[in-house]
Formats: sequence, C-alpha cells, structure tokens
Amino acid sequence: MATTLTAVDLEKIQAHITAHKDVPGALLPLLHAIQDDIGYIPEDSYPLMAKGLALSVAEVHGVVTFYHHFRTHPAGRHVLQVCRAESCQAMGAEKLEAHIKSTLGIDFHQTTADGAITLEPVYCLGNCACSPAVLVDEELYGRVDSQKIDEIIQEARSSS
Amino acid sequence: MIKVYVPRDSTALSLGADRTAKAIVAEAQKRGIEIELVRNGSRGLFWLEPFVEVATDQGRVAFAPVQPKDVSGLFDADFLHAGAHPLNLGLTEELAWLKKQQRLTFARVGITDPVSLEDYLAHDGYKGLQSALKMSGADIVKTVTDSGLRGRGGAAFPTGIKWNTVLGAKGEQKYVVCNADEGDSGTYSDRMIMEDDPFVLIEGMTIAGIAVGATQGYIYLRSEYPHALKALNEAIGKAYAAGYLGDDVCGSGKAFHLEVRRAAGAYVCGEETSLLESLEGKRGLVRFKPPLPAIEGLFGKPTIVNNVISLATVPIILDKGAQYYADYGMGRSRGTLPIQLAGNIKQGGLVELAFGATLRELLYDFGGGSATGKPIRAVQVGGPLGAYLPESQFDTPMDYEAFTQIWAVLGHGGIVAFDDSVDMAKMARYAFEFCAIESCGKCTPCRIGSTRGVELMDKITSGKEHAINIQVLRDLSDTMLNGSLCALGGMTPYPVISALNHFGEDFGLKQTETAA
Repeated sequence: MATTLTAVDLEKIQAHITAHKDVPGALLPLLHAIQDDIGYIPEDSYPLMAKGLALSVAEVHGVVTFYHHFRTHPAGRHVLQVCRAESCQAMGAEKLEAHIKSTLGIDFHQTTADGAITLEPVYCLGNCACSPAVLVDEELYGRVDSQKIDEIIQEARSSS
Repeated sequence: MIKVYVPRDSTALSLGADRTAKAIVAEAQKRGIEIELVRNGSRGLFWLEPFVEVATDQGRVAFAPVQPKDVSGLFDADFLHAGAHPLNLGLTEELAWLKKQQRLTFARVGITDPVSLEDYLAHDGYKGLQSALKMSGADIVKTVTDSGLRGRGGAAFPTGIKWNTVLGAKGEQKYVVCNADEGDSGTYSDRMIMEDDPFVLIEGMTIAGIAVGATQGYIYLRSEYPHALKALNEAIGKAYAAGYLGDDVCGSGKAFHLEVRRAAGAYVCGEETSLLESLEGKRGLVRFKPPLPAIEGLFGKPTIVNNVISLATVPIILDKGAQYYADYGMGRSRGTLPIQLAGNIKQGGLVELAFGATLRELLYDFGGGSATGKPIRAVQVGGPLGAYLPESQFDTPMDYEAFTQIWAVLGHGGIVAFDDSVDMAKMARYAFEFCAIESCGKCTPCRIGSTRGVELMDKITSGKEHAINIQVLRDLSDTMLNGSLCALGGMTPYPVISALNHFGEDFGLKQTETAA
C-alpha cells in the first residue's frame, strides 16, 4: 500500500515491532516505543503492527484511539500539558488555561503556528500540593501563575 | 565530608530543586568546601520545597525553602554547621508537622536516597521479605489478613482476603499487578512512594508473589509520572543485580520477576479490570465481574491487583508483625493512611496518620487553612469521584465507615480544599464532563449519562425549567449510581449530588429546597 512514511521511520517502526512481538501484551509497550522514537503513531504503521502482533488493523486502531496519550500526527517541538483537575481548579487553573490559550493563540490539541508548542489538557500530574501544575515534555512545574507560564513558554519557544 | 540533602521528588523539582542543588554544589566548589550531595526523597512538607537538609552531629537540620539566590547567604551563615539563618528551621525530626505523624508506610521517605539499595538496607529495608521467606505462603497471607490492611486504592477491600483467593486458586502461572495508575486529583502518595522509596514497593510485590506463588509482577504506571518511571526502573535494576529479584530470590529457590508497564493516559484504567485489559494490550474496557481477577485476572490467570500503598505497606507488616500494624487506627480501619493535602491549602503535603484524625485537624492543624487565606468552603475527599463536604462535616474522622455513613468516600486519602470563591454547580458540571471524557464507553449509564449530565447542568445554571431539571439530575444520578458497570459512572453522582445537597444555593435553590 501507499505510505507517507519515510524509509527511516519505516525502518525504526519495523525494528520496534521485531523487538516487541514476543512480549506478552505487547501493543501498549510497542506504541510507547514508536511514539517515544518518532513522536507519534503514523496511521500507516497500523497494518505493520497488526501483522507483527497477529492482530487486526481495527484492533490496533481501536487501541491507539482509546488512549489520550497516543497521537496520530506529529506534535510541536514541545508538548505543554496543563492540568484541568479539581486541585488545580481550586488554585486558579481555569484562568491559567485561558491565559495560555490566548497567549499561544490555540486551543487544546493544537500546535502553535511556529511549530514550537502543542497544547494538551491533562487530568492530574500528582503535584496537587503545589497547584496549579503544568508539564512541559518531562519537566514539571508547580504553583504556576501567568508570569511563570510566560517564562516557561518563552523558554520552550527559544529551545529546540 | 558534610552531607547535604536536596530532594529529587517531582514536587521539589517542580519548584526548582535541581537549580538549588546545582547552586549549592557550585558555591561549595567556589569556596573550596567539600560536600556530599544526596538527592533524597521529599519529607512531604511540600509548601517548603526545595527543602534542604544538612547532616550534623545532632541530626539533620532543615533549611527551607531554598532558592538559588539564597545559597551564597547560607554559606555565609555557615549553614553546613547549622548556622543561624532566617531559613534555618532547626532539626527536621523536631518539626511539629512531622513529629505529629505516624509514618509506617512512609518510614523512609525523605530520609534515604531512593535509588540506593545500601541506604534501603541500612534503614530496615528487606527485613519484611527476610521474615516472609521463612514463612509458608498461607502464613504470610494470614499475617496480612490479621493486620487488617485494606486496599488503599479506594475500595478498601481487605488485602489478605484477596491474597487468600489467589493463594487458593489453581494455576501454573499467577501474577501480581500493582495499580500505579494514580489518576485521582489531589493524590500523590503513590507517586511519592515510587519516586522516594521505590524499593519498598518492589519488596511488597515480591512478598506478595512469594506468598501466593506468583512469579511475575507488573507495575502499571501512569504515563504522567516520568520521574517515577525512572526511579522504579533504576531500583528494579539494582534489585535484580543484588538477587532480590530474579529466578532465585535471595537464594530461596523462589522466582519473582518485575517489570514496569506504562499506561497511556486513560483514567478508567485505574479500575482493576480495565487495567488488566490495558496490560494485555487492549482498549481499557471494564470487564464484567465475576470472574474476579483473583481467579481469572491477567491473561486469564489468578492475579493479585493491589494499589501501590497497599503493597508498600506489606513489608513493615511482615517485619514488625500483624499486631504492630493493627494497633493503629479505629474501628475496622486498621493501621495508618497516607493523607494528601491538596488544592487551596496553605501547607500542602503528605501526612501519614493512624485512622481517626478528623478532617478539621488535617485542614487546619496540618494544612494551616486555605492558601488564599479565605474560609475553606468545601473539600473533596477521595478524588474526582469523591463527595464534596461542607464545613459542617469537617469533624468526620478519617475512617472508611465514618465516611460511608455521611455518603462520602475516603478513597485514596486525597483531600482537595476549595475557598469560598468556588462555584459548586460548576464543580458538579465538571464531574460529569470528566466522566464523559474518561468513560470507556462499555455501559450506557456512564457513556450517555455523563454527557446528558453536562447538558443538564447547563440547563440548571441557566435556570431553564429549573425544578424539573433538578429532579432529572437526581434521577440521572440514581441511574448512573445503580446502573453503571464500574466506579467511574457509578460514583460520578457522589460529587454531583453532594454538591447539590450541601451547596444548593449554587444550583439556584433556596435554603429550604436543598435537602434531598
């Protein structure tokens, strides 16, 4: 079938499938490995995973789309996750969320025009004693106010 | 060489602990002073992070909170010898906030280097496993049963009874699964154990495996916890290297293998059967029960599924005995509960106490009231599926049965405080919205009811056919409560109806109309 995948990505995906095919309950670890490596789960890889793990393409599609963590399109250079859960709401997360959206000019699940930041909602980062919290890639921030988030965004925009 | 401690816990990092650690090392170098930097876990006084400690002859002295700009002044004040400084809080062990606690599960947290096996062993680590290895499986299970330990994930099912079912189940392969999908807002005790004392969880799971004859364990860890993943994997690697995991645990001839599996951001996978589906590589759809996971669990085999805190509490029970643990607590809630103070709270952090302390003590004696200084109007206990409690219920003791009596849940011990700016109708709407986002879609009351609930709340707050819609809200909640397959749909009515009953004015009800 026609594929938009580059030869390099295809090779990486195949290597992950080979590495995972005998792992019990392999699909989630495999999806994590692919997303960690190339940044998303290309839909063109579904048939390859299905074949490698003896699943139907529908099953693979069903799993990828069930979990909020997996994305089927590339994200920006950084992923900014903003906590929307109760503890953060109690400390002004709603205002923070509005500030971030207007600063970036995007809504949740979107990426800024310069490709720097993808904005995602998250429901608890386990930093509830110091709400509100955001996570940039794997960097956690607590007691985030509008001034602090502006600095965080600035830093993310200027880094690769 | 003087030891300086700067925590590596996520919350400490989120407030700049890495920068503080770097500044201390750089300043020491500049001044030609040799120090040993230890990245310990957090003591749990999160409002004081980064919480720096210095080892002295009298004990560890705390300086907090320390930002990089404070570092040179601390050296000037000779903080390495507990010199006087505005940030000097005195001996850590003497801090009232810690002294009033009863730390059993969290005995080592904040004290040790989390990924140092030597440190773990030097602080009573693996003593529980050593005594377990001298016992029969049935005796281990009996000890856990006698301790009165109940599932700390929220359901509070007696851990020993669950283990006993797996012990008695026939199967060549059995599993121990740790539910580390801590998705409840206001909770972080699992995260702390995994980041700040990962060996205790590994030890607890090993004991569980030895007890019931399970040779493989999985920790199902939420993907939002990158630091916990690193700490666990590092600790597991060291446990394997030292023979605490593998085909021959401590030369006993018994095997136990352990692996961390990453979740993928689905709240419903904290429900045990959904978790098992996910571990099997499927969509996290909730299973019908029976069969119980203890009989037909992971890959259809007998499986212990326990929360992080339940498993991490097992080592101290095996070390000190069932009675030691059971001597703490009240009524049928034996032992201690790691309570997490969160939300709009001045002094947020981890408080481990025997069951029985009241919400008021926690909110004011430990928490110091709200962060904003306004009155605390409502608290949500037990995560997004827990009830909202008004001030009139703050004298309720932290006890499973006491909470059941007021139609609330203790859950995982998270307490989220809200000041008087909170709009409780909005919180009720959010509860439905969250349920709609996270529903696995298998049962109708949850899948459809949650969305209808959001619509209904919008009608109610806009005043449309108000009296009728309040009744529909109660009917819908009743359907979800009694008709849902799992706790997600089944407990979403808790925050909704408790908000309606206790804060009816936010729903446009007059005082006289609020009672259910």
